[in-house]
Amino acid sequence: MNRLTQGVVLLLFGGAILRASLTDLYLRYVKEGLRPFLIVAGVLLVATAVMTIWQSLRASDSSPEDDHGHDHAHEPRVGWLLILPVLGLLLVAPPALGSFAAGQAGSVSAAPVSDSDYPPLAAGDPVAVSLLDYASRALFDDGKSLTGRNIQLTGFITPGPDGAPMLARMVLTCCAADGRPIKVGLTGQAPQEVAADTWVEITGVYSAKRGKDPVNEVEVAYVDVKTWQEVAQPKQPYA
Amino acid sequence: MTANRLEAEEIDWTPAAAPPPPPPARRPRRFGSLEILALLLVLLVVLRSWLAGLVTGERLQTWTTVFVSVLVQAVPFLVFGVVLSAVIAVYVPKSFWAKALPKHPALAVPAAGLAGVILPGCECGSVPIAGSLIRRGVTPAAALAFLLAAPAINPIVLTATAVAFPGNPEMVVARGGASLVVAVAMGWLWLRLGKTEWIRLPHRPDLDGASKAQAFWSSCRHDVTHAGGYLVLGAAAAATINVVVPGEWLQRLADNPVLSILALAVLAVLLSICSEADAFVAASLSQFSLTSRLVFLVVGPMVDLKLIAMQTGVFGRRFVQRFAPATFVAAILVGTAAGAVLL
Repeated sequence: MNRLTQGVVLLLFGGAILRASLTDLYLRYVKEGLRPFLIVAGVLLVATAVMTIWQSLRASDSSPEDDHGHDHAHEPRVGWLLILPVLGLLLVAPPALGSFAAGQAGSVSAAPVSDSDYPPLAAGDPVAVSLLDYASRALFDDGKSLTGRNIQLTGFITPGPDGAPMLARMVLTCCAADGRPIKVGLTGQAPQEVAADTWVEITGVYSAKRGKDPVNEVEVAYVDVKTWQEVAQPKQPYA
Repeated sequence: MTANRLEAEEIDWTPAAAPPPPPPARRPRRFGSLEILALLLVLLVVLRSWLAGLVTGERLQTWTTVFVSVLVQAVPFLVFGVVLSAVIAVYVPKSFWAKALPKHPALAVPAAGLAGVILPGCECGSVPIAGSLIRRGVTPAAALAFLLAAPAINPIVLTATAVAFPGNPEMVVARGGASLVVAVAMGWLWLRLGKTEWIRLPHRPDLDGASKAQAFWSSCRHDVTHAGGYLVLGAAAAATINVVVPGEWLQRLADNPVLSILALAVLAVLLSICSEADAFVAASLSQFSLTSRLVFLVVGPMVDLKLIAMQTGVFGRRFVQRFAPATFVAAILVGTAAGAVLL
């Protein structure tokens, strides 16, 4: 791989990173907070590419041998692999993690908020609550702050250990490689016959039922579903 | 899936398909890498819907997501590390390091290890920086101590650890302390047993006799293609492990105290999670003992598939064959000892 080729590959690579971070594509893979760093990194990659191309064109003007001659032995051949992420980002653009990944890993243990009381839920009927917040309030506060309220939860459908559908969302710390699911069991009018990975918005009330995620023996909360509807995947698919 | 295809269709391919044309009259005789690249890109554009159709099974799709995501996550750290190492290589005079670090190598090692505190990043950035330090005349033992310590003891990573283990602040102390001890121990071990000829830094013919700006961009270009290429290898390996190893296996290992330490040490190597995120993964492995999770946190930033691939690229295979296993053993021993004392 000579320098000019490296320049072109770097231009593609930087361009792919820039495109992903300037659109919402990057949200499928990393946290929102990484965006400014991705943009700066993309710009630096493109700058490196432009300087490389410019330098190697200028060098080949003065001495054609310099560019195409002996430097094969020293130039990294492994750089060809950089085409793969370009391919992945521009051509394939794989979807956000879904029910396969959710079944692969154990549910997040919804950590209790220190040991003080949970603040009351926001106003609204139904009130939108994140899956993590719901599970935490249900498991560690015995649902005290949830009782008597209509709760709205959004997530995708994933088959539970007994085959019954569960509501799940992936929790990212940093990137999809560390993504772990938060799963909430469904009772009542649970969506049946809905394909895995379908995003739904359910409205329901607190259920005292508890389950265990067989993958890592973590307690799983349940919600008693009253109504539900299919929704589009949110812009920010992770919790 | 349809949405993905649509987006793939919207891409403007013009900058890719039309690289600045090389002057054809000068070299009519050779089918060089640029021509191969052009052909490859044309093929990819022609076959793109077929290629996108290939990635349909949920396992393969998850693999692709994790692969792309590991790369996207690592790119800023890789690029900043590469730029910083180019600055070290080109703009920081050799005499600076002689003044900044203690003269005696045995003292330079802990100093360099502690200097890792100031590099707020993960392990992808520290590999090219360590290579650059060696090239600028820093004793390899000190550069290696920096390489091992920087990703584990910087404030961002320690804060993440504190957030991930809200009930166990001693975890932060144990992680920082154990990582620093391993890094310094490996540096001293290198002073006693290491041989300089094991390290083969990639040759850079174009850095001599060039202007500073030229050398700077040339160093950036070289390091990104080099370390980046190995990062792709590592990301592919990590994605494979992520998709292939089911969580239930871990459950069975967790019950045995010795096996659980070894299992999490191996898992840290295989998963290759960024050091800024590994604490949260460790926190989720709640069925394992705190000591085994500490070992996971000590091993991960020092030895993992992605790092082994990158270090092979920067320091050479003979070096990595010796360095990675030795670090692995040291990290397990020190991590276990720290866990026994502090947790």
